[in-house]
Amino acid sequence: MDIFTPLEIEAIWLSLKISVWAMLWSMPLALGTAWILARCDFPGKFLFDGIIHLPLVLPPVVIGYVLLVTMGRQGFIGKFLNDVFGITFAFSWRGAAVAAGIMAFPLIVRAIRLSLEAVDQRLEAAARTLGANPVSVFLTVTLPLTLPGIIVGGILGFARCLGEFGATITFVSNIPGETRTLPIALYAFSQVPGGEEAAFRIVVISVVIALLALAGSEILARRMQARIGNGS
Amino acid sequence: MIQIQINRQLGNFRVSAQFESQTRGVVALFGQSGSGKTSIVNMIAGLLTPDSGRIKIDGRVLFDSDHKINLKIHERRIGYVFQESRLFPHLSIRSNLNYGRKRAPKNARQIDFEEVISVLGIGHLMDQKPRTLSGGERQRVALGRALLANPDILLMDEPLASLDAARKSEILPFIEMVRDRFNVPIIYVSHSMDEIIRLADTLVLVNDGEIAAVGPVEELTSRIDLRRLTGRYDAGSVIAATVEKHDEEYGLTHLTFNDKNIRVPRVQAPVGITARVRIRARDVSLALDKPDNVSQLNVFSGKISEIGERRNNDDGTESHDIDICVDIGVPLWVRITRWSLDQMQLVEGKEVYALIKSTSIDRQSLGQQTQHMEKTL
Repeated sequence: MDIFTPLEIEAIWLSLKISVWAMLWSMPLALGTAWILARCDFPGKFLFDGIIHLPLVLPPVVIGYVLLVTMGRQGFIGKFLNDVFGITFAFSWRGAAVAAGIMAFPLIVRAIRLSLEAVDQRLEAAARTLGANPVSVFLTVTLPLTLPGIIVGGILGFARCLGEFGATITFVSNIPGETRTLPIALYAFSQVPGGEEAAFRIVVISVVIALLALAGSEILARRMQARIGNGS
Repeated sequence: MIQIQINRQLGNFRVSAQFESQTRGVVALFGQSGSGKTSIVNMIAGLLTPDSGRIKIDGRVLFDSDHKINLKIHERRIGYVFQESRLFPHLSIRSNLNYGRKRAPKNARQIDFEEVISVLGIGHLMDQKPRTLSGGERQRVALGRALLANPDILLMDEPLASLDAARKSEILPFIEMVRDRFNVPIIYVSHSMDEIIRLADTLVLVNDGEIAAVGPVEELTSRIDLRRLTGRYDAGSVIAATVEKHDEEYGLTHLTFNDKNIRVPRVQAPVGITARVRIRARDVSLALDKPDNVSQLNVFSGKISEIGERRNNDDGTESHDIDICVDIGVPLWVRITRWSLDQMQLVEGKEVYALIKSTSIDRQSLGQQTQHMEKTL
C-alpha cells in the first residue's frame, strides 16, 4: 500500500472506526426516537423534538464543549463512567465516536421519521387482525417498510460522522493515532508551512470516500425501492 | 350466535347498536354511508373500543365492559377483509397469504391452503408482489389471506366498494364460493342492496348509529315501514324460491314457491337449491281480470293486503306513485300511479292479478341462500 502514507492510512482507519462505532450506538437510538416522534403524542413533545434537533443548529464547538464539561474526567457523567466502568471518553477515540454520533443523530432521526410517517398504519391494523402481536407487527410490517428511510439515515449519518470536526476537536483534541481523523489531519496540515501537498492528498481521499458512499447509497436505495414498490 | 350490544361516542355521533343473529351464512349490515356500519365491525375486530357493552361470538366473549374483558385485536381470531385490499407491499402473494395462517394456532388450521388458492383462482400469482396485481386480484388475495387465518368469523367491510362494476361482478361469485365452501360465518357490510340480496341470509339495518331492524333478507326488504332504509327506487319484494328446472330452449329457469311457478331468465344454479328473487315494485303491473294474451310470463292472483300511504319524493315534492302490497301467498309489492289506483278502484281485500315481466328480473336480482355444498376437491 504505497499509495497512502502510514499517516494517511492511520487517519482513514480512525475515521472509519469512529464513524462505524458512532453509527452503531446512534442508529438504534435514532430509530426509537423517530418512532416516538412519529407515533406518540405527549405533553412536551415540542421540547423533546427541539432538543433532538439541537446539534443541527448549534455550533459544533458548543456540543464539543458541553461534552468536555460533562463527560470529561471531572464531568459528572465522565467521572461516574470512569469510577464504575473504568471507561474514559475524553481525549480518546471513544469520545470521538460519541461526538460524531451526537452530531449525526438529528439527521438520522429525520430520515427515519419521514419514512416511518409514510408507513400506512392501516397495514399494521390488517396485520393485527391476522393475529400478529404489536412486536411482531413492528418487525414484519413497520420495520421493512421503514427500511429505505433507515438506509438513507444511515448513509447521511455516516457521512456526517466522517466529516465531523468541531465537536470532536473540542472534546477529544488532535491526538495522532487516537483522535486524528481525516478532517482533523487536514486541518493540522493546513496549519503548518509546506503542508499543502499532504493537505491536498487528504482532500482527494475525502472526495473519493464521499463519492463511494454516495454510489453505495444510490444502489441500495434503488434495490429497496424495487423490493417494496409503491403499490398497496 | 352473534350477540352484540355496544355503545361508543364518536365526536357528536353516537353508535349504540344491539343485535343478535345466527352465525350460519352471511349476516349483512346495511345502511347509508356514515350510519355507523364500519364502526360496528371495527368494534367487533377490536380496532375501535366500545365505551361500554358486550361482544360475544359463538359463546366466546371478545369484549365485556362489565367484566373488564377486552381481547386484543390479535387474540380475537377474526378475519377482516377491508375496502382496500391492504396487502403487504413488501411481501410476495404467498407470504401475504401465509401471514395469518402461520400465526393461527396449530389445531385451528383447518382450512386447506391449496383449496383456498384453487377456489379463488390465485395460484398463478403466488410469487408476484401486490403492486403487479389488478384490483380484483388483490381483493381475492385479501379474501384468501383473511380466510387462511382460520378465523372464527370473517368481517367484510364493503370489499367491493373500491372496484368498478365489472370487477364487482367478477368478485361476487368468489365470495359466494367462500360462503358455501368454507364453514366460516361472515358479517358483510354494504350499502348495495344488490350485493346483499345475492349474498346475505340475515339483514341488519343500520340507521344513524342504531339498529333499525334485524331479520331474514326476504322479510325485511318486503316491509314498507323499512322502505326508507332499504331503498326506495329499487324497492320491491324478495321471494325465496326453489329451482325447479331449466328450460334450455327458451333460456328460462323455473322456480317454485308456495306451489306457484315463476319463470326467470336462465340462471347458473343447480336444480333443487333455494334462490332468492327480487322483484322490484315498479316492474309489477296489476289487472282486475285474469289476463290471457299478455307477454308477461308470470301472472299471480291474490288479494290486496295493504295500500301504502302517499309520500314525498326524496326532494320533498309529493310523489304520484303509490305502493300496494298484494298477498299472493307471499307479500308482493306493486308500484302504480295514483291515477290507476283511482281508475281501478283498488281497495284492501280486492282480488287482483299481478303481472311480472320475466326479463325485468335480471341476474343482479337473483341470489342464492347459503348452501353448504359437498366439497368436490
